[in-house]
Amino acid sequence: MALSEKIQKTIEGIRHQFPTEQALLIPALHEVQNDYGWVSIEHMKDIGEFLHLPLSKVREVASFYTMFKLSPQGKVDLQICTNISCWLNGADKLVACAKKKLHVANGETTADGNFTLTQVECLAACGTAPAIMLNEDYYENVDEAQLLNLIAQAQNDLAAGKVVGKETRIEGLWL
Amino acid sequence: MMYNNEHFEPVITPNVNKPGCETIDFYMQNEEGYKALEKALKMKPAEVVDEVKKSNLRGRGGAGFPTGMKWSFMPPNPVDAHGNPKPKYLVCNADEGEPGTFKDRLIFTKTPHRMIEGMIIAGHAIGSNKGFIYVRGEWHKECRLMQKALDDAYAKGFLGKNILGSGFNYDLVIYKGAGAYICGEETALLNSLEGKRGEPRLKPPFPAQVGAYGMPSCVNNVETFAAVPYILYKGWEKYAKMGTERSGGTRLIGVSGHINKPGVYELPMNLSIHDIIELAGGVKGGKLKAVIPGGASAPMLRADECSVLTDYDSLAKAGTMAGSGGLIVINDTVSIPEATYTLLKFYEHESCGQCSQCREGSHWLARMFKRILDGGGTQDDLDYIAKICGNMAGQTICAFADAVTGPALSSVRKFRSEFDEMVMKGGLHGLGRVESVSHEMGGAHV
Repeated sequence: MALSEKIQKTIEGIRHQFPTEQALLIPALHEVQNDYGWVSIEHMKDIGEFLHLPLSKVREVASFYTMFKLSPQGKVDLQICTNISCWLNGADKLVACAKKKLHVANGETTADGNFTLTQVECLAACGTAPAIMLNEDYYENVDEAQLLNLIAQAQNDLAAGKVVGKETRIEGLWL
Repeated sequence: MMYNNEHFEPVITPNVNKPGCETIDFYMQNEEGYKALEKALKMKPAEVVDEVKKSNLRGRGGAGFPTGMKWSFMPPNPVDAHGNPKPKYLVCNADEGEPGTFKDRLIFTKTPHRMIEGMIIAGHAIGSNKGFIYVRGEWHKECRLMQKALDDAYAKGFLGKNILGSGFNYDLVIYKGAGAYICGEETALLNSLEGKRGEPRLKPPFPAQVGAYGMPSCVNNVETFAAVPYILYKGWEKYAKMGTERSGGTRLIGVSGHINKPGVYELPMNLSIHDIIELAGGVKGGKLKAVIPGGASAPMLRADECSVLTDYDSLAKAGTMAGSGGLIVINDTVSIPEATYTLLKFYEHESCGQCSQCREGSHWLARMFKRILDGGGTQDDLDYIAKICGNMAGQTICAFADAVTGPALSSVRKFRSEFDEMVMKGGLHGLGRVESVSHEMGGAHV
């Protein structure tokens, strides 16, 4: 196997921006994470081959950053910030509400593979706490009713075969 | 006017509530967009550095290091072992993640060109032709908005080759992190920018000698860059006058927590914490109990300590810090041991693990606080917390360990009676309180 042509093309497009090949490792991991929902050892081998890096180097980086998932995840990563400002403003209620609605514990994926519930640390949206993310999208000043709505809407979108929470993605741009 | 400062005017946020304020057209038509750049490019680099030095601008990322001085550390003509010239890099730290801090996100989404202009001016000042904007990984949309802003600046000739006919070339590139608080530490950021694990580097060598990709580099915060155009265009005197003797200009203060009107406020530095709370609509849902004045790592203040002014020196004198300008308000319905645990589990997760004092210490502290909450704490634990903190602060490669001790030590010292009561009565349960769902251990905590 090799890295998909699409990912290779995106990474080649930014090669000139950086002085070293290793600088492309985080962009490549982001692309794999986005396209496959997680980063497997096979993907790491492919990236290493593409960027001329040993697997150990790829793996030590992939395992350091929380946004690279080393096991399969749900289609929607529902992330609830539980750090101080969100916690002071009711993040707890959101966590309880999501756990009840999705029947999962923190870090678990629903049986249908649609949602992974993750408690996350500060999202830098403390002025509009509590803040949550559905994949790439921020939602702020969220209450339980809105959370349930977002979950229901995401469920509908997934059932209709749509991708959730990635509307602002620009084809060919790794950012 | 409660500001009590005749010289004050907003430097960064005069128009952030107006529609279209993020566009290059708005910045050029309604503000002094890119005029400071025009002026700076006609000046010698050393003159630009001098202006910034005299303005008393201090780094807005947390440490408050004088910006002009940082720029002057950059070697004028670095060469490699073969005598060939080395490139110099400018790096923008947009890895905003200090709990309670959300000012840089405002700049990214509402006035990105101010930051871009500041970076180009800084590039000219330190003799760099390339800059990197390191953005936290969760800011997908913000990255794309910034890329659009960069594209617009290129199209207008403010970036690229021979900018405004000056012969100066400058390129800016965005790099997206992947979720690691520690990458806000400047040397960890440099490692991450090189595609490595975000582990802080031992200093020396300092980034000005060996920075990004082994080249001399200068790292500044988003807000720091955003203040630069004003200084150059309106002159250093005006900027310096707004501030205190040792710190010029305004600060963006993010007020959050139990507050009626949370948000980012651009303020002069001669306001007290009480003034700022009043300005932000007062305490929500109870009486003031505690304030964290400069992001989670800043030691807490009790309500009776909140008449302190919010400039760097006054806060340092009060035993805390101005930090990143994140002011977190906590009311009297909150249990301080529990609030502190919320912060400690964050540090426990975010320690990079390089130094044992920090890796072990942050875990021990979080577990001890959890034990106290669960009713298993003893008086010895409370004394032992100070001992652990003493073995962490100042003992590690970076300041992360010191940051952990900020909330841990200050909470026990300033709210000792709450801890004593909790230990005596058997934790949160014994006090008739229900523990937070989000504090349950187990599962993947990200």
